[in-house]
Amino acid sequence: MTTLKKFKNRHNTTLAITILMLPGAIWLLLLRYVPMAGIVIAFQDYRPHPPNPTLINNILNSRWVGLDNFTFIFASADAWRMIRNTLAYNAVFIVLTMLIAVAFAIMLSELTKKIMAKFYQTLMFFPFVISWVVVSYFVFAFLAPTYGLLSHITNWYMDPTWWPLILVIANLWKNVGYSCIMYLVAITSIDTSQYEAASIDGATKWQQVWNVTIPHIKPMIVILLILSAGRIFNADFGLFYNVTLDSGPLYPVTDVVDTYVFRALQRLNNIGMSTAAGLFQNVVGFICIMAVNGIVKKIEPDHALF
Amino acid sequence: MTAVSKNIASTKKGRVNSISFGAELVMHIILGGFALACVIPFIFIIIISFSSADSLAEVGYSFMPIEWSLIAYRAAFDLGADLWRSYFNSFFVTTVGTILSVIICVMYAYGLYRRDYPLGTFFAFIAFFTMIFGGGLAPTVMVIRNLLHMADTYWALIIPMLVNPFNFFLMRTFLRVSIPESLIESARLDGSGEFRTLVSIVVPLAKPGIATIALLTALSYWNDWFNALLFIRDSSLYPLQYLLMQMQTNVDFIRRNAAILGASANIDFSALPSEGLRMALCVLVVLPIAFAYPFFQRFIVAGLAVGAVKE
Repeated sequence: MTTLKKFKNRHNTTLAITILMLPGAIWLLLLRYVPMAGIVIAFQDYRPHPPNPTLINNILNSRWVGLDNFTFIFASADAWRMIRNTLAYNAVFIVLTMLIAVAFAIMLSELTKKIMAKFYQTLMFFPFVISWVVVSYFVFAFLAPTYGLLSHITNWYMDPTWWPLILVIANLWKNVGYSCIMYLVAITSIDTSQYEAASIDGATKWQQVWNVTIPHIKPMIVILLILSAGRIFNADFGLFYNVTLDSGPLYPVTDVVDTYVFRALQRLNNIGMSTAAGLFQNVVGFICIMAVNGIVKKIEPDHALF
Repeated sequence: MTAVSKNIASTKKGRVNSISFGAELVMHIILGGFALACVIPFIFIIIISFSSADSLAEVGYSFMPIEWSLIAYRAAFDLGADLWRSYFNSFFVTTVGTILSVIICVMYAYGLYRRDYPLGTFFAFIAFFTMIFGGGLAPTVMVIRNLLHMADTYWALIIPMLVNPFNFFLMRTFLRVSIPESLIESARLDGSGEFRTLVSIVVPLAKPGIATIALLTALSYWNDWFNALLFIRDSSLYPLQYLLMQMQTNVDFIRRNAAILGASANIDFSALPSEGLRMALCVLVVLPIAFAYPFFQRFIVAGLAVGAVKE
């Protein structure tokens, strides 16, 4: 009797919790897993099916074209350009953000006037809370033709020369503060007696940073690096679309996979091609994150994500 | 954990072990310089928005305008319906989206948190997998437009951002850190059902975590323009960020509204500072964030401290 009751009780618990999971699970199904099935469009010449153009009808009645969408993308000069831009920008962003954020975090933690550290930290976090649309206005104030503060130098939105630098600065400006705080949190949790011990043993400030601070924040550095390396093939759409005002003459240095996928979908309305480019992006991204995680797992199993 | 977050940037070290005056000065210059650089563009926009049309014509966007003026703001407020409508849309979408999102997140995270829930690993996996692989932009857009038929409705601005699997795991970590499972067990022995346990025990104890996730979610709803770009054609549904975006890329939008302006307002039409107007609008969009900023910055930082704990 009691075991039966216990069983029933357990059963009720499982049922109750499953009901709680349902809204989230249904969302994941509809907005994440159904689109995964939509990947088939990448292998089709997707066209609306006039009599009854529902998504399913369109897919069922579109012509299968095998790898044509992929061949088309990779035959164009755009493919190499967007892949190069995406990887190069992300690599630069990841390395510079990490170096600067770690340096700033260490400096903030070493300041004797804590109120100033708090003040700097508050200002540095500001770019994180505004949108890329607003950032694009900030950039526009400096670079706008005729009105902009720096407009006498060149016609910025027509001249690609300086954009690699502008995009790197814009990205660092927006993201360094956030990463810096992540590292600062890790540094703050270090037991201060370690520094005192090192100091008594005659370690200089530099030696303390290298031998106490850095080893302690290494797991955080590794985790943030894995996360960003796994997304090395995903560009920050807002940066490349809004900040550049989607200006055509700049495409050679500003077109990335995400803007390409977006243009194929919204402008060209070539859904098959857009899906194919997106699929390529997701497969490469998946391989990247598995590879990076695998490598970390081999070298330092404790720091692996999964 | 809260102790850690409170003490960010206030590690106490002995005077004996402090750095030299010169080194400290250099650090102040570097950090102060960057900190200033983080807010100067916004200050610049504010200055431009208060510059008169003549000043803009004369010296362009400048930190030192020749003449100050409120005309850009008068013009912005005379946008009237469009502007207030967008404010309403942004507030509405942010409020409804955040509330729904947090409820879904807490319920899902609770299941992940319960180690005795047999389907926990399954649900953790289906959430985790979407973080490393997906269908991509085009199929997702197709599903929202052609399967769920949400284009040009508020749902298109709310539903796509309703779930962030990362928050599920962040919330689970919060629960693990702040609520011992023995507490849940004893509640059950006292005859409390799952729903009651969740509402009257878990939620009150997880308040700081819920606040952090609510703020991060509210921030991403408030700052969203991407879903409007994809799904919204009807200008009465534009959120603020998208209105701002339209102002920049589409001068016609201002011209179209200039007709309404000329009719409804008694401002000198020739002096209508469309350049200044954009900047005034930008200030009005950032303003709510700037006011709430000191308050929520603390919560987000505290949240990051807990999120940094690896499971």
